[in-house]
Amino acid sequence: MSGDDDVIRVEGLTHRFGDLLAVDSVSFAVRAGEVFSFLGPNGAGKSTVINVLTTLLPLQDGEVVIAGRDLRSNPDRVREAIGIVFQETTLDRDMTVAETLEFHGRLYGLSREERRARVDELVTLVELGAKRNILIKHLSGGMKRRLEIARGLMTRPTVLFLDEPTIGLDPQTRARTWDYLKAVNREGTTIFLTTHYMDEADQLSDRIAIIDHGRIVAEGRPDALKNALGRDLVYLETGENGRARAVLDRAPDVGSVREKGEGLLATVTDDGTRVLPRILDALHAEGVPVTAINMKKPSMDDVFIHHTGRALRDEGAGKPAPPPGRAGRR
Amino acid sequence: MADLRLLTIYWRDMLRFVRFRGLLISSLVQPALWLAFFGIAMSSSFDVIGSQIPAEPGVPQVGYLTFMCAGVISMTTLFTSLFGGMSLIFDKNWGLLREVMAAPMSRANIVLGTGLSGITKSIIQAAIILGFGLVLGVQFFAGYTPSRAVLAIAGILAFVSVFALGFVFLSAAIAITMESPEGMQGIMTLLTMPIFFASNALYPAQAFPPALQLAAAVNPLTHMVTGIRFFAIGPVFSAIGQTFRYSVADIAVSFGALCLFATVMFLVALRQVRRARVT
Repeated sequence: MSGDDDVIRVEGLTHRFGDLLAVDSVSFAVRAGEVFSFLGPNGAGKSTVINVLTTLLPLQDGEVVIAGRDLRSNPDRVREAIGIVFQETTLDRDMTVAETLEFHGRLYGLSREERRARVDELVTLVELGAKRNILIKHLSGGMKRRLEIARGLMTRPTVLFLDEPTIGLDPQTRARTWDYLKAVNREGTTIFLTTHYMDEADQLSDRIAIIDHGRIVAEGRPDALKNALGRDLVYLETGENGRARAVLDRAPDVGSVREKGEGLLATVTDDGTRVLPRILDALHAEGVPVTAINMKKPSMDDVFIHHTGRALRDEGAGKPAPPPGRAGRR
Repeated sequence: MADLRLLTIYWRDMLRFVRFRGLLISSLVQPALWLAFFGIAMSSSFDVIGSQIPAEPGVPQVGYLTFMCAGVISMTTLFTSLFGGMSLIFDKNWGLLREVMAAPMSRANIVLGTGLSGITKSIIQAAIILGFGLVLGVQFFAGYTPSRAVLAIAGILAFVSVFALGFVFLSAAIAITMESPEGMQGIMTLLTMPIFFASNALYPAQAFPPALQLAAAVNPLTHMVTGIRFFAIGPVFSAIGQTFRYSVADIAVSFGALCLFATVMFLVALRQVRRARVT
């Protein structure tokens, strides 16, 4: 799927920390102008990949080309073409908003006129115009994040990398941050995003890749990934899960069945509203008592858990049908 | 290689220096306190001993306060410079280092910018000690013509600058590999003790046992103090009952030694910063 309009092309990327194989021959491509989300459980290798792509870690094995620049032979040229919003806050508490942007502009060798124009433009974009001369330590978490996004855009990068950009932000601030990112993307900046928030990935992304145990386990458009799980998900709690499972396995229009908490989760391949009565009839006929039932559309959470086989860290297991958009906390 | 963006690193480091008022003021007051308390207390004892040994004819005699003022300038430069790399630890853990390391810029700029701010801080401090010392009665530049005094001050600042660079680079090389400020503090304390006492900063090194004499001879602090005394007091003087004679060649060797030290430390720091992984 590589083509001329790929902004990022990764082939056979492998990274070891001592004996630990953190990333195992990963390949993918990001197209110009898209929002690409890179998802994975903690420790799956996604931070390693983003750190290699942003030149913070050396490229050990594989080929990476970003904005037409070869990462191995020319990391500085790659640095010129990218903007980065780091996972952890990377700000000096004792500098002002304007100084932070000025510092970045100077580091990247922008001329005085360019710096002045971009700072004016960007503080307006992220609505920090009134805070220009305020020290960072007096900003809220959301303002700091917005400032970091503005900073990442100072050099008008071809690709903006965001490593968990909305972590620790309240829902309002997250929604606003998405708006900024969408606006930036509309202007033509390709966005490479990692996140633990599945709703965020679903909402923002044109395409998603899921990495686990150092390998990419799924890749595609959000809708395609969700549809691959079946049209609907049916969650059942019964008196006898073993027999219920046998019934479901025989039933037409039922895809995969797996245990989830105290019940069973089945994917159905046809319209769930029509399949569900047939399932209930079949269970009734076999004399399996049904104690609870729930049906929903597959969410990105379901896709994620389907492919990575375990819940996000800190997420409670065994709750009937977690509401879509429930996110893991740090 | 390095370019003018080292001034960006420098600008930001100085921004912090003037912004942290407490640190700024204490770093300026502390050396003056050293001179005032330690200097006056010690000179009141040493000058009694020294006055019992007559100076050689024709050799100007200076008091202990004048003798040790060069030591205080050197010591202050040493302390300030050794902590000059500390900002890298804070930046690594809580600050901007990730941002700096991800920039398309030579690592040499980081090392040189930090070095330049170390020089600036040290020169400010040296100027304060010089001024305060003259007020307290330090007999620097005694009988100098104005032009010779200017030359002497330039010489002192050159020594202070090169010496500061060497130790800021050493500090940066250590800091970039450290995780905690506490660990750094421990190493710095461990380093300053032998550097300070195995030198001619507070007393002449001629009477040291051979091993200690060797240590003093290769100690950058000794060369620093020698240079300052040469410029501030003169090529020949007597203090604490000893006669000190420095030829221009001696001073050139001392300056050369400091330049060599700074160069080696620069290469070590550059290597460490290049190897550093900040993610």
